[in-house]
Amino acid sequence: MQWDVVWNNFDYFLWGAFPDGPIGGLAASIILALLGIFGAFWIGLAAGLMRLSRNKVVKSVSVVYIEVIRGVPLLMLIFWFYFLAPVVLGRSLPEFHCALIAFIVFTGAYIGEIVKAGVIALPRGQMEAARGTGLSHVQAMRYVILPQALRNMIPSFVNQFVSLTKDTSLAYIIGVNELTRTATQVNNRTLSAPTEIFITIAILYFVVCYVLTWASRRMEAHMAKYQARDR
Amino acid sequence: MPARSSRKQRIDVLNYQFDWNLVLSGQYGQWIIDGVKITLEISAVSIVFTMLLGTIVAVMRMSKFKPFEWFSFAFVEFFRNTPLLIQIFFWYFGSYSILPDAVNEWLYDHDFEFAAGVISLTVYTAAFVAEEIRAGINSIPKNQLEASRATGLSFLQAYRYVILPQAFRIIIPPLISQSLNLIKNSSLVMTIGVMDLTYMARQIESYTFHGFEAFTVATLIYLCISLVVSFMINMYNKHFLLQIKY
Repeated sequence: MQWDVVWNNFDYFLWGAFPDGPIGGLAASIILALLGIFGAFWIGLAAGLMRLSRNKVVKSVSVVYIEVIRGVPLLMLIFWFYFLAPVVLGRSLPEFHCALIAFIVFTGAYIGEIVKAGVIALPRGQMEAARGTGLSHVQAMRYVILPQALRNMIPSFVNQFVSLTKDTSLAYIIGVNELTRTATQVNNRTLSAPTEIFITIAILYFVVCYVLTWASRRMEAHMAKYQARDR
Repeated sequence: MPARSSRKQRIDVLNYQFDWNLVLSGQYGQWIIDGVKITLEISAVSIVFTMLLGTIVAVMRMSKFKPFEWFSFAFVEFFRNTPLLIQIFFWYFGSYSILPDAVNEWLYDHDFEFAAGVISLTVYTAAFVAEEIRAGINSIPKNQLEASRATGLSFLQAYRYVILPQAFRIIIPPLISQSLNLIKNSSLVMTIGVMDLTYMARQIESYTFHGFEAFTVATLIYLCISLVVSFMINMYNKHFLLQIKY
């Protein structure tokens, strides 16, 4: 076992060549995941609400988006944006942007499902009471339903964020310099300690993801106390 | 697997000639078919092992024997919270120094990429499957067990005739959707050189520059598989799930 290989490159795993070069490693993975979840939240919110719309056209747009994206491997989606951005835009996008767009579009579909389920899970009485006080449908959504539903969804969002953090490893395939790529770089350079390197990388991902999973479980248990219920 | 640098070339939008025949027939069509075969093959093998391993891990978690419980807990949490890609790399690049030499030699003589792919897909998905099975069994109210014990059934009989038949109805849909996830995740094994559908689509892209057609065909094939599976889950839910009422 040659753990010194890991030890010598540990700062490179954590933030790449950061002070002297572009940020990379675990830091880049987390940045990618944070930007991804932020973008995906808005797309997912729109998709989820469109999915609940009574308008057939609006609804079917959302259904097609959600079903197609959920039916296709993320890797395929990354390739779509990577190889076809040049065809559509006439110029190539940086790898980081391609990966980020793919993550946003991909995660957006899953968040759409979460939003839909979260809104449906609220008791019908909430909407009826809100409409009864004279709010319009949009106002009732905006001021009564969504504030409650979104709060209940926070644990699911955190779980989705954990998934996305794991999925950022796929950005390696098109050449984004994140944690997985730093690992393969060090592995290719040293060629002597693949077991140690990949165990270390797995543990780094694990620490980030497990802390978040744990937090989301705590939150879920905490929130269950304050949820509006049918009686 | 770094991307080709030739991608940087400017591709003229207006002059892009679609050539669907190229990817649907002849050599490249054959590649797609071979790719689909490998994708289905690696998925089928992994699904079988996943169900076995997942059941074992779930049973260990529910046993009253502490070391088993801890092992199962650690297994599930560790493999669920690390990326599949890292696990694939670990089994492919890193497993030789922890496996016995005899196993390594056997693996190198056979299709090592395929085996590493199966192992990583199996272990990764089994962690999720174990949780689904555990959740399914836990969702059966405790008084079902108590009531069946009270009628004179033994513990095993109670599980065999009362708990499991109910639990399976709840467990099967999530297990099918985990299998579907596995099929989609199997696209990652292209990174270690298993020639699955995604690998072939990318290969055609690099040989012919007709990535648009190749990726469209591959995407549609994945989509068909997913839609068929979702359809099966929906049918299943319609026929069986509604009958359970507490």
